[in-house]
Amino acid sequence: MPEPSGNGSLLALDKVSRVFDTDPPVLALVDADLTIQPGDWVAIEGPSGSGKSTLLNVLGCLDRHTSGTYRFEGVDVTALSDRERAGLRSRRIGFVFQSFHLMGHRSVVENVMLAEVYRRQSRRGRRERAMTALERVGLTNRAEFMPTRLSGGEQQRVAIARALLGSPSLLLSDEPTGNLDSKTSEKILDLFADLHEQGFTIVMITHESHVAQRADRRIHIRDGRLEEAR
Amino acid sequence: MRIRRSKRSSRAPVMQRSGMTMLDLADEATAGLFARPGRMILTVLGTVIGIAALVATLGLAKTTGNRIIGRFDELAATEIFVTAKTGTDGVTPESLPWDSPERLQRLEGVVAAGNLTNVDTDGGLISTSPISDPTSQTEFELPVQAGSPGIYAATRATLATGRFPDGGNSERGDRVAVLGSGAALKLGITSVAQMPALRIGDDVYLIVGILESVGRQQDLLGSVIIPEGTARSTYGITTPDLVIIETRIGAASLIARQTPLALRPDNPAALTIASPSEPQRVKDAVVNDLNTLFLLLGGVSLLVGAIGIANVTLVSVMERTREIGLRRAIGATRGHIAAQFLLESTAMGFVGGVVGASVGTLAVVVVSVTQGWTPVLDPATPLLAPIGGAIIGLLSGTYPAVRAARMEPVIALRSGS
Repeated sequence: MPEPSGNGSLLALDKVSRVFDTDPPVLALVDADLTIQPGDWVAIEGPSGSGKSTLLNVLGCLDRHTSGTYRFEGVDVTALSDRERAGLRSRRIGFVFQSFHLMGHRSVVENVMLAEVYRRQSRRGRRERAMTALERVGLTNRAEFMPTRLSGGEQQRVAIARALLGSPSLLLSDEPTGNLDSKTSEKILDLFADLHEQGFTIVMITHESHVAQRADRRIHIRDGRLEEAR
Repeated sequence: MRIRRSKRSSRAPVMQRSGMTMLDLADEATAGLFARPGRMILTVLGTVIGIAALVATLGLAKTTGNRIIGRFDELAATEIFVTAKTGTDGVTPESLPWDSPERLQRLEGVVAAGNLTNVDTDGGLISTSPISDPTSQTEFELPVQAGSPGIYAATRATLATGRFPDGGNSERGDRVAVLGSGAALKLGITSVAQMPALRIGDDVYLIVGILESVGRQQDLLGSVIIPEGTARSTYGITTPDLVIIETRIGAASLIARQTPLALRPDNPAALTIASPSEPQRVKDAVVNDLNTLFLLLGGVSLLVGAIGIANVTLVSVMERTREIGLRRAIGATRGHIAAQFLLESTAMGFVGGVVGASVGTLAVVVVSVTQGWTPVLDPATPLLAPIGGAIIGLLSGTYPAVRAARMEPVIALRSGS
């Protein structure tokens, strides 16, 4: 393993900024410092336009930051090639999105199996691994269903199962309950709590404070600046 | 691929790069295509039509080309007509020697040769009855031709009845005649069993045979043919008008070059040699014009097909924005995204090529059957067609694939719900 820096933290942002080269330039993220330890459950709260999405994209290695250092498991992400960053996304980060992003023409289990496609991994046992992931979210009985036949909460659980496949170091979710009613939202958050109990590191981005309340740490973002609530 | 992977993992890399096995890539592309099967079929249709038109054109060109050569093989490719140039310097009336057939028979490759000369009968009419019947016509104006014994073989003449006059008839100047089928019909002669005779002017000739058909020199069928020796002694013809040569297949051009020297070593330029190559070339040119037109049509439909694929793939890229975003999030690089869309469009082109080649081949067979031709198709044509289709798919998928690859995952993920 590469030598970890930042006291074994899972990820560490050090004065990370993201400036968009528009006219005038937009400072979406300004000197962000953030350290997340393995096993943390962190909520990032903020209104729309606060820089939440930019932070999500930087954390998820979907976007390159303009300045500062971002270490993931001690590795400086800035120095990685596109393919290595893609590998990091594929193996280390599980994404959960607001609108689930399931493929409508594929069964539930096939949707979960998709997570392994970009890992250049043998297909042997892929279905079994997907079934195990579905078991963790309690959906084994829906494995052969098409996603369109599932409720919103069930669809989000399929998406979580997909994110869990291969046991990533970080579960990164973007408004995971944004498309769900409050009762279903609670159930999804209960599932997150379970996963947190099991030792998963969870970062969720939300604009709803009752969702953020469930996390251990709450970080506010406003105008691209982070501020941790203690 | 697996070897590379195991190498990397044993080295404990800084960060494992993302990657995709060929099998997974093929799977994802197939799934992408079959998500909308109806649209895929319509998209492929353009390529199908284009490839089918090309294959059918090439096949029909080959088929018709083969047909023409087949017909010419029988006759035109083996015939040579020799005439004397008239009015040129140094040409005597006796331009063609009487022994031309004998001289030509000595050449390797000559199957048969014979002289043919129009006989001027001085207005003598032809009749079979000595009595003038006022109620029906008994005297006819028919062409009379003098033929050397070899002329029948050289024109591929067949007999309906009787025999051909031989060399002896010619040498002795016998008064015998052969009727063409048309001439026989006119004169009302159907059989030579009763030894019918005819009169040319005042001379009486024994009819020894009636022609059924000739392969070449069709005017013989409407003529009265008398032996050459007879014509020389009776009508004083001075030189053969025409020498007809039948050669072995493939020997025509050689014999055509040798003939002037064999017949007129003193003045080869005095002869006109008509050999088979020219009419064939004319036919070829006609076929080529048609080919060009159809190939052009096939090309245009292929272009339309390619634009169709490009268009649909582009629409598909726009529609699948969310999917692209998701794929990027779960580890796809821009390259992986581009590869998948390229593979999808290439597969569509390939399938279009396969189906188009089948349809085109079928069209060649159907047209050939209805026309009674032998279908001929270069085996490379249907085999190359799918490759051509795949290349078209690849090219037309390039721009959409680039668009898909350039898409920012951030925007792609947030779009719609």
